[in-house]
Amino acid sequence: MNVHKSALSPQGAKEPRSGLRRLRRFLALPVAALVLSGCNTKSLPGFGVSPGDTTLSHSVYHLWQWFSVGAVLVGALVLALMAWSIVRHRRRSDDAIPAQTQYHLPLEIIYTVVPIIIVFVLFAATLVVENKEVALPKTNVNIEVNAFQWGWEFLYPGSNAVVVGQTTQTPVMVMPSNENVHITLTSSDVIHGFYVHDFNFSRYAQPGVYNQFNLRAQANGTFFGQCTQLCGMYHSLMYFKVKVVSPADYQTWLNSFNTPADAKAATAAQTALNQELSTGIATKQANTNFGG
Amino acid sequence: MTDALLTTHETSDHGHEGHDDHHGPSGLLKWLTTTDHKIIGLSYTVTAVVLFVIGGLFAEIIRLQLASPNGTLVSLAQYNELFTMHGSVMIYLFVGPFAFGALANIIVPIQIGAPDMAFPRLNALSYWLYLGGAITMLSGFFTAGGAANFGWVGYAPLSSSLNTPGAGADLWIGGLLLTGFSAIFTGVNLCATVFYLRAPGMTMFRMPIFTWNLLVTAILILLAFPVLTAGLIMLYADRHFGTHIFTNSGGGVPVLWQNIFWFWGHPEVYILALPFFGMVTEVIAVFSKKPVFGYKGMIFATLTIAALSLGVWAHHMFTTGTVLLPFFSIMSLLIAVPTGIKMFNWIGTMWRGQVWFSTAMLMSLGFLFTFLIGGLTGIYLASPPLDFMTHDTYFVVAHFHSVVMALVLGAMAGLYYWGPKVTGYLLNEKLGKAQFWTLFIGTQVFTFPLYLLGLYGMPRRMALYPLDPQWKTLNDVSTAGALLIGISTILFVVNIGYSWKKYPAGDNPWDAQTLEWFTTSPPPHHNFYRLPQIRSERPTWDYNHPEHTSLAHGKHEETKA
Repeated sequence: MNVHKSALSPQGAKEPRSGLRRLRRFLALPVAALVLSGCNTKSLPGFGVSPGDTTLSHSVYHLWQWFSVGAVLVGALVLALMAWSIVRHRRRSDDAIPAQTQYHLPLEIIYTVVPIIIVFVLFAATLVVENKEVALPKTNVNIEVNAFQWGWEFLYPGSNAVVVGQTTQTPVMVMPSNENVHITLTSSDVIHGFYVHDFNFSRYAQPGVYNQFNLRAQANGTFFGQCTQLCGMYHSLMYFKVKVVSPADYQTWLNSFNTPADAKAATAAQTALNQELSTGIATKQANTNFGG
Repeated sequence: MTDALLTTHETSDHGHEGHDDHHGPSGLLKWLTTTDHKIIGLSYTVTAVVLFVIGGLFAEIIRLQLASPNGTLVSLAQYNELFTMHGSVMIYLFVGPFAFGALANIIVPIQIGAPDMAFPRLNALSYWLYLGGAITMLSGFFTAGGAANFGWVGYAPLSSSLNTPGAGADLWIGGLLLTGFSAIFTGVNLCATVFYLRAPGMTMFRMPIFTWNLLVTAILILLAFPVLTAGLIMLYADRHFGTHIFTNSGGGVPVLWQNIFWFWGHPEVYILALPFFGMVTEVIAVFSKKPVFGYKGMIFATLTIAALSLGVWAHHMFTTGTVLLPFFSIMSLLIAVPTGIKMFNWIGTMWRGQVWFSTAMLMSLGFLFTFLIGGLTGIYLASPPLDFMTHDTYFVVAHFHSVVMALVLGAMAGLYYWGPKVTGYLLNEKLGKAQFWTLFIGTQVFTFPLYLLGLYGMPRRMALYPLDPQWKTLNDVSTAGALLIGISTILFVVNIGYSWKKYPAGDNPWDAQTLEWFTTSPPPHHNFYRLPQIRSERPTWDYNHPEHTSLAHGKHEETKA
């Protein structure tokens, strides 16, 4: 085969073939290393992401790791090819003219088909995690989250519990660990973003839309959350916290709102807030007459 | 700049005492009344570069504000105006108009052997609409309420008159309408020019890749921009005429705005990118002394990208919970395939070539690297679970800044490569290389910390951020990178001043391949005194190197006769 080819082209058709072989050898080692270590995702680096605290955040983390392995491999291959062609084929003389090769059909087919296969593998992996993320398992723990300019309101249907807070006093969403928590998310004015970094998750809070999702925290702790979607002047101060406690503590916390004093305090806080919000909106409404 | 160009232009006309002597007005009046695509293109170039500098200044203020968690350089309100106008100026007023208004206007007619654009007066109208739109949008800063402050995407209902009253937002809408019409007219013009004004022998599959990409861009403009125009009119009606299209209160649907906006917005990404893909394709082929590898494959890749780009808009809306995730995910992932084909075409073009590291080529190589990073990180975002994790964080900001900074590198490649064709003078290569290294290193130093910041959880569009030493360090590094990019822009301006009329270019300083290098620099009024035979997409190369035509399909080595 080689003999036949070199007969056709005396300048040495062998070179690109041996180049490919060299490339294969060059790539063999890192690929093998990755495949071997890849059997165990724990030895893979996080590529900047942490596993997080929910069941789903772990799945997302693994998906991220595998996407990163693909990105690093493809990126390294492309960079190596680029570097090789730049260094090896830099200009040596002013008037040398290289072979005017324009097509190489087998090569063109390879670099079309291989990426298609990679894309479908990535898509399959995506679907697995995505289906887990959109699933809504049955549960008794429901929290209604309402975002507003510029704070959060957490309601616990079936109980008196309510938490409200604005830029100045960060509200805390309390939820039990190791239980499915069904969140219903909406907004009373503009679009906000419900984002908890340690859950590797975010979702828009939109007026008129009730987004539902499930969270299942694995360990107790307090996690930092904040609005990610631009919502006006105080967007960068719209924080909240998520406090994950044991189911027993959660129940105690819920019950604490049943004492008259607490219930009264919660109602008072909400009334004050509503008043503040309604006066805010009232000032704004004056502006709607503008031009209309 | 324009005046000087006119002078050289006229000298060359007189030198040839040709049939195309052009006795029109001169000086400022000529600049105001011209319908010559080259002069309109130059006006576009100068305007777009000035707007790039303005948008860049906004970026530097943003980065300096973020150098400290409690930055006090600007107020919360001013910060919102700054990032809104930074994005708006760069996307609406610089990258797009620079691509299809400036370089395409100048180069496409010459590349296909046409005397001008198909509709020269419409072309002039495009420019004046663009200039008017730019001034309208920026004049928001001089209104009582300040400029638009709801982000360059203007999401409803934040952009309603209830939440964002004031004239700045209206001027933003008005400016965008004007530049939108400018783009539509340019799209019409480019399509007509490419379809009807090609020189004899210039078949579709003999058009250079740059012209091909601009044709596809023009078609995308015609498909996407009218949707944005319609959306903006609806938004304006909501704000002033009491309609409730994007508000719940009257039975409207806020998320409709996102659908309309991104139905324009994602094709827009390719409307911005394809011209620059074309630019670097030409530059890489010329400075490798080879034909474009996989020429036809590359054209089909471009067409595939354009087709797919119309079906991926909702990947910007994964977290709204109102879109079909798997469909938009696979469509978005699939765009990686034709983009990858282009990447391998570029490498294949350099492979076994004679790579000459001119400034234009270095800028193109910088484009390849930066675009590779931006492309790979884009694949993550096409996966809904990974998008949920990174949406609206600095990871996304870093991703699209890698992409658009790659386009800036491509734009600089285009200016260094084609500038001499229009002005007749080369730019200084030493200053050019200094500009390249500051721009290239600055871009990486600017974007890499942002990727990490996003993964560590910092949301975008925050004037203030929590006191976290790691976040502060990363922000500081990114700010340093942004300043380096600023220095590169200063070097570019210095280079223009330093090289002013210093290095005459001649007709074909790069031993380039396409038709524009067959005529004089700058070209005469109607572009050509004579045309070579056009038998491939490289007529000038075929004319200069008749013994080195491209090898036929299936032939990889040169067979000596």
